[in-house]
Amino acid sequence: MTTLTINGQTHEVDAPADMPLLWAIRDLVGFTGTKYGCGRGLCGACTVHLDGQASRSCITPIAAVGDREITTIEAIGDDPTGASVQKAWRELDVVQCGYCQSGQIMSATALLQGNPEPDDSAIDGAMSGNLCRCATYVRIRDAIQEAAASLGQEVS
Amino acid sequence: MHVLKQHAQSRAAAALSTVNVSRRGFMKGSAGLALGLYIAPLLGRDSRARAAGDNGEFAPNAFVRVTPEGEVVVIAKHIEMGQGTYTGLATLVAEELDADWASVRVEGAPANTQRYQNLAFGIQGTGGSTSIANSFEQMRQAGAKARAMLVAAAAERLDVSPGSLGVHRGRVIHEASGRELGFGELAEAAADQPVPDEVTLKSPERFTLIGKQRLMRQDSPAKTDGSARFTQDVQLDGMLIAVPAHPARFGSRLTGVDDAEALEVPGVVASVRFPSPTRDGDLVAVLATNTWAAIKGRDALALEWDDSQAFTMSSEAMEADYRERAGRPGDTVTDRGDAAAALDEAAQVIEADYVVPYLAHAAMEPLNCVVDLQDDHVNILNGEQWQTLDQQAVAKLLDLPPEQVRIQQLFAGGSFGRRANPISDYVLEAAAIAKAARDQGQAAPIKMVWTREDDTRGGHYRPFNYHRARLALDADGNLTAWHQRLVGQSILTGTAMESAMVKDGIDATSVEGVADLAYGVPSLSVELHTPKEIGVPVQWWRSVGHTHTGFSTESLIDEAAVAAGRDPYQYRRERLDQHPRWQGVLDLAAEKAGWSTPLEGGAEGVKRGRGIAVHESFASYVAQVAEVSVDADGRLKVDRVVCAVDCGLAINPDVIRAQMEGGIGFALAAALHSELTLDDGQVQQSNFHDFQVLRLNEMPEIEVHIVPSAEAPTGVGEPGVPPLAPAVTNAIFAATGQRIRRLPIANQLRG
Repeated sequence: MTTLTINGQTHEVDAPADMPLLWAIRDLVGFTGTKYGCGRGLCGACTVHLDGQASRSCITPIAAVGDREITTIEAIGDDPTGASVQKAWRELDVVQCGYCQSGQIMSATALLQGNPEPDDSAIDGAMSGNLCRCATYVRIRDAIQEAAASLGQEVS
Repeated sequence: MHVLKQHAQSRAAAALSTVNVSRRGFMKGSAGLALGLYIAPLLGRDSRARAAGDNGEFAPNAFVRVTPEGEVVVIAKHIEMGQGTYTGLATLVAEELDADWASVRVEGAPANTQRYQNLAFGIQGTGGSTSIANSFEQMRQAGAKARAMLVAAAAERLDVSPGSLGVHRGRVIHEASGRELGFGELAEAAADQPVPDEVTLKSPERFTLIGKQRLMRQDSPAKTDGSARFTQDVQLDGMLIAVPAHPARFGSRLTGVDDAEALEVPGVVASVRFPSPTRDGDLVAVLATNTWAAIKGRDALALEWDDSQAFTMSSEAMEADYRERAGRPGDTVTDRGDAAAALDEAAQVIEADYVVPYLAHAAMEPLNCVVDLQDDHVNILNGEQWQTLDQQAVAKLLDLPPEQVRIQQLFAGGSFGRRANPISDYVLEAAAIAKAARDQGQAAPIKMVWTREDDTRGGHYRPFNYHRARLALDADGNLTAWHQRLVGQSILTGTAMESAMVKDGIDATSVEGVADLAYGVPSLSVELHTPKEIGVPVQWWRSVGHTHTGFSTESLIDEAAVAAGRDPYQYRRERLDQHPRWQGVLDLAAEKAGWSTPLEGGAEGVKRGRGIAVHESFASYVAQVAEVSVDADGRLKVDRVVCAVDCGLAINPDVIRAQMEGGIGFALAAALHSELTLDDGQVQQSNFHDFQVLRLNEMPEIEVHIVPSAEAPTGVGEPGVPPLAPAVTNAIFAATGQRIRRLPIANQLRG
């Protein structure tokens, strides 16, 4: 049995040590907002936070998680930065098919948590690993800047 | 234009014959059911029945319900796969209903051809950028009739005349007395009102939602908090995950299965061998209690394949074969004037070959489908794009009446055409696995899952195409003849749509966008070769034939302008005087892009250029101006794209903008990177490292301008795609003098 702390709750999962965290989260625990896109860490659809760091759950074996806290899209709104990102996403209607957007929001939130005022190149660096086939990239960029601006106002 | 009309007519004809077949099956299999409810074809309801749903709901027709809490539920007959239909269809209903947008919710319609057919096709399904166009009248009627019944109920309740009542944001208001009633309060009473035979729809100046700048997308909240339900997310009690094994080559046959290692994988329950409904011979799938185990189990199968009938060509050989065909006359598509004579007499002749590769749709959600077999019916949960034909195909496979194939429409994580498979390949595969599993003692709901690799290598691609063109110019640079020969597989031959869409060997989708070339030219000759020996399955891919004809024709007209020493924008414009809507978008894009002003220079060693292209597809018109930079090492950056679109009356301007932005990004991926190649028949790419799509850092700035129009609305899902590649390659020519005639651009600029 492996103990995983997901969104503040512990879950005992009965799975081989090499099972990627993605499948434990989705199939065994039942949080399906985190998506399977490539299985090789190439598309970012599976992005979750491990102790606040954006991580590709499809290439992270459950044995490698240790006691790090896992946060998924279902709970990112509990974090003020995550909530601002979600709000900006809705205000700008970023989504199209939506399948990649959980991962986009997780990456964007981690970016803003570490860098409250990212410039374009910081956004490129943090977000270019998250693919969107609908190419909602213009709005992703704008929404990150919008979220950064609204967070900046709250702080000041 | 002609082809487009034929298109619509023949689609309707195809659809009608399909529906007749389906209706017979429907009637035969469903005696005793309450079919009488569904005889009113337009709105799916008999006007004599009480307009009540469950729990005190008001359900006046197949498309709208009002709950006692005042929620307006719009039933969407078209899938939401990103293109914004749930928002668009709801806007049409809410406009006529005068609903409060915040109280509107959308549900996907079940499969039911009689109620939910696409009026452009006659079958239920989403494609061809038709969703809004075919629903424009129907959804407004649905909303207006519901409104009339709510008003009638309020009139009775308040003892006033219906004419004295107004409706605003979900409330019926009697202004004279200041009294008002919410939709929810009226729901039950409205259900007892007769459905009006006729209602008057709003005139456009009274629109309060249609054409307004921003309505929040219906699917935004669920898609930003992880709660949106895609096929991949379905979990049913006792459900098993099935991952099938496909051969490395199209046409291989399974001859041996050793599943010993697969069955050792913890979580694996069984392997099942099943006759493939759409491939040759049998296939095998591994069933497991979780997805990881199913994938590992599938990968652990030791399989033997007989390749003797497999397709084993390589891309180089295919291209050589296509090039050879391009040198010979093909089937006549269009023959106007005398192109041969004009070419003989030309002052200048442009000769050029254009080549585009196979492309996977590569939606972010790899293909999947949930099939839950019951004794007398089957439940399918799917990002379902092609209800009628999938329903019929599954009914045949499982020997069920079509209406007992119950399909629940979920969100699709992209499709770009792939989930509307003309032979129902992935849906049938899932059904065949479920059937075989049941027959082999595993009677469980099955979620079939393809991995990214399976999705990339699963076939049904945008066809590889080879075009050869010869253009004649007179001494003044005027076009006198346009001769174009296309070589490419037919998408529709061998499908249910063949009889309607393939005439005299010409698949209309192979030649759309060139058969009816808009540019004025005295002689137009278009020919087609349709290789039949190629074993790679092909399919429509966002904008279908226009993906390649848009690229070649908009590059060729640019080549002609250059040869004539003319401005590419003006040269196009002069040849479109019979096509005001083409001119309209061309002018708007040129104006907004500052075409007449010099482009700002780049950094030292960086060459910059501007290119333009315009194309009509699916009755919408799009022009784009691209600005590019090419550095000394040949690195390309598309800096900015200015886009003008004329899609008739703009229902949701922000959704239109989003579709143009997305279409540009999707097309830019194919222009820059994406390509599938074959080696000895095997697809060489497998995942996003080698089948590359666009990333955020490559996305240009985009400006979208919508032509104001009172014409009937047309679609926007696909038409943003075709002009992008030629706008970019024309800009590259302007910057560097290098003409790109092959996609993807990849490393062609690096010398």
